[in-house]
Formats: sequence, structure tokens, C-alpha cells
Amino acid sequence: MKFAIALHSPAHAPSSRRALLFAKAALAQGHEIVRLFFYQDGVHSASGNVVSPQDESDTAAQWRDFVTTHQLDGVVCIAAALRRGVLNAEEAERYSRPAANLPAPWELSGLGQLHDAVQAADRLICFGGP
Amino acid sequence: MAKSLLIISRQAPWSGPDAREALDIALAGGAFDLPVAMLFMDDGVFQLATAQNASQVQQKDLTANLQALSMFGVEELFACSTSLNERGMQPSGLSVEPLEVLDDTQIAALIDRYDQVITI
Repeated sequence: MKFAIALHSPAHAPSSRRALLFAKAALAQGHEIVRLFFYQDGVHSASGNVVSPQDESDTAAQWRDFVTTHQLDGVVCIAAALRRGVLNAEEAERYSRPAANLPAPWELSGLGQLHDAVQAADRLICFGGP
Repeated sequence: MAKSLLIISRQAPWSGPDAREALDIALAGGAFDLPVAMLFMDDGVFQLATAQNASQVQQKDLTANLQALSMFGVEELFACSTSLNERGMQPSGLSVEPLEVLDDTQIAALIDRYDQVITI
């Protein structure tokens, strides 16, 4: 089955970890993930500036490793990210902000990418949110 | 055929960016000519209240954007009658048209009818 996964919560939320476990389980069972789309506070799950205490899991780093290892399409909504101060180098320069905190493999793009994933996937699975 | 998407908007307009971000999904879908619909339920029905005074809380009023949905081709708009009743709101005289008010059984059928659902 083809899954699109939308995440609406930051890395410290249990739902971010649950989404990651779901994504890993989906691939392990031979399913396909057409895209990960991080929206709303989910953009914080892609931040490269999260520092977890040493005895706690670093979900943001695990997401990065997971997307890199499996060469997944990891998209962070640009409007949601700008509003929350999650910027790649290009956007940090464009808006004259002091730091970039969205490293590879994440891509900033628009809501069209969510709709595109909805069309391509058999199931849209959403995690987190208000 | 394009897959249909139902966006369930459950947050009040001034409780943070949630209402705006639910609306943005609908507007983007409409811009791509996709079959998208919005259902307002729980505190989301407050988005439909008339005469909001957004500037009092230094916010932008979403009402005009909601009214623009039909111009973007998003004409399937629904509100939950239970949520309206719980908040003392009348189904007539809401700010957005056309709008269909549904009871709980009809909402279950609505969710079943759409291929994908996203809740904010």
C-alpha cells in the first residue's frame, strides 16, 4: 500500500515518535511511503536545533536518519515553517535571520505537495495536531 | 479520477494558527481544482460567527477568506449542528454560504464518502 504521512506535532510530542514508528513499520512490511509532509507544529520535528537530554531519545535526529537512510521525500510546509522560525539557509538569508535550522534531507515546499501526496497515496495518515 | 479530501476544522479562529492552516489546505486544493470540502465542528464553528472583531486581538479576520472559498472552487462546506447547539449558535445567519448543517449521523456518512480526511 502507498502511504502519505502528515505530521502536525513537534519532536518532543509522543505523536511525532508514534509517526516515526508507524513509518518504520510500514516500510518494514513492504509498504511504500510516497511522502512525509510536516505541517503546523510538525515543522519543529524537522528542526536541526533540537537538543534532547542524553538519556532521552532525539526524535528530530531519528527522523533525519530515517529519511536519509530510506531516501524518502521529506517535505516541510514553507508557510508553517517560516511562521515558526524553522528556516533553511536560503530562507534565513532571504529574510535576514541570524540562523538556519532546517538541514538536509528536508525540503521546504508548499501545500501543493500535500495535495499531490494525497492524490498519489492509497491512505493519508495524520499524526498529532491540536 | 482525483481523490477527494475532507478537511475537518475544529479550532476557534483566535486560538492560534490552526483555523488559518486548515483553511489554507482547502484554498490550495481549490487552486489545483481538486475535490476538497470543509467541515466545521467543535470550536471550529466559531469561525462561522458573524461580526467578529479580530483587530481587538491584533489578528486578521478570516471571514473574508472563508467567504472566498467558493471562488476557489471549494463549494462543499458543512457545519456540525451539535457543535452549533452546544455553543448557542443559530444555523441561520452564519457568515459563510452556501453551508450545509449536518447532524451526527450525516457527518458519519460524510466522512465515509471522502477518500481522505485531515483534521486540524
